[in-house]
Amino acid sequence: MANTMTLISSVTVGADGASSIDFTSIPSTYTDLLLKVSVRSNNASVLDTLGINFNGSSANYTMRNLLNEGGTPASYTQTAYASQNATGYQSGATATASTFGNTELYFPNYAGSNNKSVSVDSVSENNASAGWLWLGADLWSQTAAINRITLLCAGGTNSFVQYSTAYLYGIKNS
Amino acid sequence: MALFDKLLGRTTMTRPTRIEIDCSTGVESIIELTDAEIAQMEADAQAAEARKAEEDAVRQAEADAKASAQAKLATLGLTPDEIAALTK
Repeated sequence: MANTMTLISSVTVGADGASSIDFTSIPSTYTDLLLKVSVRSNNASVLDTLGINFNGSSANYTMRNLLNEGGTPASYTQTAYASQNATGYQSGATATASTFGNTELYFPNYAGSNNKSVSVDSVSENNASAGWLWLGADLWSQTAAINRITLLCAGGTNSFVQYSTAYLYGIKNS
Repeated sequence: MALFDKLLGRTTMTRPTRIEIDCSTGVESIIELTDAEIAQMEADAQAAEARKAEEDAVRQAEADAKASAQAKLATLGLTPDEIAALTK
């Protein structure tokens, strides 16, 4: 059972925005990783999708999720979503000002030699009556240790806006 | 460079950037995307659009099936409250 948690790195997006947030040279010395993300994109919509890829790889991503989309339950399976996994919601440009979507991603045994799974727990904040929830199970069918995690705006050619943040923690069982 | 361009009245195209954090050093860099990365981003956007269209179609089909079933129940004589109780 993991019993320590150490901040590896964090980032706050500046005034120019960023199309992606890229954690590189992630040490392999932890048992698991935890990534806490608070982001908003400039997508011209109330919400956007958060994307993720590993080690710069553009293949072998699949996922299954359960959603509540403003009151409507849904679920999706993704088997061929090109270069990344969709991995949660974020607030878009027309969401209530200064609200950010929050996502927590847990990567068990990220440095092991099996395929890599990720647990996803995400909401898109809007400070309004409708809310969006996302519980997901991501899979990267690759046996390489994860040494790089890239967060993207999956819904289009959008950018994370200023004050978006991401905190990467290492979890150890000793 | 952007300041010089502004002073000279030149307009410049700003390329999208990404933030890279080297976890071994803690150094954070803001890097302009390459042409290949921009092309990949555009391809991803198209894939996302296709995926969204697929999801919307599934959602619409489910809503249509539900409405059709409710209409059939109504023709059998069920009240709206009874239909609502069945479809909860």
